[in-house]
Amino acid sequence: MTASCQGEAKGEESVSIIIDHVNYIFGKGTEMEHKALRDICLSIPDGQFIGIIGHTGSGKSTLMQHLNGLLKASEGTIYYNGEDIYEKGYDLKKLRSKVGLVFQYPEHQLFAETVLADVCYGPRNQGLDKKECELRAYDALKKVGFPEDYIYSSPFDLSGGQKRRVAIAGVLAMKPEVLILDEPTAGLDPKGRDEILGLIKELQKKENITILLVSHSMEDVAEYVDRIVVMNKGEILLDNTPKKVFSHYKELEAIGLSAPQVTYIMHALRENGMNVSEDATTISEAAEEILRALGRTGS
Amino acid sequence: MLRDITLGQYYQTESVIHRLDPRVKLLGTILFFVSLFLFNNPVGYVIAIVFLAAVIIMSKVPFSFMVKGMRTIVVLMLITVLINLFVTQGDVVVSFWKLRITKQGIILAAQLALRISLLIIGSSIMTLTTTPNHLTDGLEKGLRFLKVIKVPVHEIAMMMSIALRFIPILLEETDRIMKAQLARGADLESGNVFKRIKAMVPILVPLFISAFRRAGDLANAMEARCYHGGDGRTKMKPLKYKSGDAIAYLILAAYMVLSIYLGRLSLFKIM
Ligand SMILES: Nc1ncnc2c1ncn2[C@@H]1O[C@H](COP(=O)(O)OP(=O)(O)OP(=O)(O)O)[C@@H](O)[C@H]1O
Ligand SMILES: [Mg+2]
Repeated sequence: MTASCQGEAKGEESVSIIIDHVNYIFGKGTEMEHKALRDICLSIPDGQFIGIIGHTGSGKSTLMQHLNGLLKASEGTIYYNGEDIYEKGYDLKKLRSKVGLVFQYPEHQLFAETVLADVCYGPRNQGLDKKECELRAYDALKKVGFPEDYIYSSPFDLSGGQKRRVAIAGVLAMKPEVLILDEPTAGLDPKGRDEILGLIKELQKKENITILLVSHSMEDVAEYVDRIVVMNKGEILLDNTPKKVFSHYKELEAIGLSAPQVTYIMHALRENGMNVSEDATTISEAAEEILRALGRTGS
Repeated sequence: MLRDITLGQYYQTESVIHRLDPRVKLLGTILFFVSLFLFNNPVGYVIAIVFLAAVIIMSKVPFSFMVKGMRTIVVLMLITVLINLFVTQGDVVVSFWKLRITKQGIILAAQLALRISLLIIGSSIMTLTTTPNHLTDGLEKGLRFLKVIKVPVHEIAMMMSIALRFIPILLEETDRIMKAQLARGADLESGNVFKRIKAMVPILVPLFISAFRRAGDLANAMEARCYHGGDGRTKMKPLKYKSGDAIAYLILAAYMVLSIYLGRLSLFKIM
């Protein structure tokens, strides 16, 4: 664990994951060699809610697959609760039940005859008995807001958004300590999106689960996360609180991202002489700020 | 994990062999195969090896790249060689326990090993230097005469090019599905055969479903673009023979005559 890996994580909380100078190359030794991760350093404290943002192809999914040992870094290493996961004899299966990963495309993992059986797959692999599995599956399906009438129907007859909920439930049922969600809101309507993100936030608060949320959209994450990591071409470009990250909105634009609309409005208002603070990131914060600047307190 | 298969992979570079008409390469490969089974003395093999080596050098594909593709077939080769080594009757050279190795067995096994290697390398030359599209174009045009007896040549060629196109996609998909199930604690490596087969179900089901879905999508996309089979369909880049192809045919003919004539002369026979 080198000193340069401290970053945002230092502080009172205990650190659960440390990514230490990780490099990853696809197709090493062939003509198609592609460096997908370059010298990534990150430490993730217990119970934090982190948003991982980046342009398409910036290496977000690749990085996330390192955290539960699905991909092995070409260089560098990863520590989970102080243990080197690349050490010989380290139990990767156990790691995977602690670090839950929900993939970008949920249809890639549904296979069972019923939704319930599919959600049971994870807990069953953890060695739990049938009753416990089903209890957990019910519980997880309820949490993600999956309609109860469909619990015994085939997962292939569901809509995209429902499939996604089942996929999330399938990982939640394993009761992970760290939950990674790769674009969990793609294919959901605005209401569904808010529901899922709200649920995730609740999990983090109530059960103190560490959350990593991969997304393209700043709007999505601004409201919920404690910290944003911006990736660009396999490197970490920014790593800070949402407000600080959004203040770099010009840099974000240069790499094909953008800050939330609110940030632009606040900057424009300020440029035009209104005395508002620029670091409002959500609509309610902005409303409050504007009312304050107008001399009325928000109610 | 599934990306090491070279068989059927194209190697991008600029060479005389790459530029040949696919029909030349197809016929050449077939004739080369035929020649391998016709000659029965060492001189034939020497000629075949020299010919193949010359083609490999001209193709500019690194030899290591071809050998990598052979790794998948090594087991099959070993089994055939071993069976021939122990089963062939004749003059005993070594014997231990119940096994006997005969002189004829050794010769036969060596011949087989050589033949299989030449076969595989010979066919991989074709796929390494010809894009799948070109290959099926060549097949379609080369086999056009079969239309007379109602063989749906165009449809077969189209099916082949689609199948070839889908191999890498399905491999990628398998990789992704495997990862998704591993993330849910799937255990693919331990347990006995039955357990392992059972553990494959959560991978195979999504794979088949996605393959069918893709096939359906593709069919819809083709119909939406008014695809209706081969009749009256023109090519953007029709195949045309060039002077290099004529020379290649001449060399091929020379190889066939030489290898089969010398390769069957009883003068050089050892068995
Ligand atoms: N299996 C693979 N083989 C080779 N290259 C790959 C593979 N998977 C990803 N890459 C490459 O690695 C880079 C990072 O890919 P990754 O999937 O991590 O991007 P991402 O940030 O998740 O993008 P998106 O937002 O589109 O999901 C891309 O340039 C991609 O082309
Ligand atoms: Mg991704």
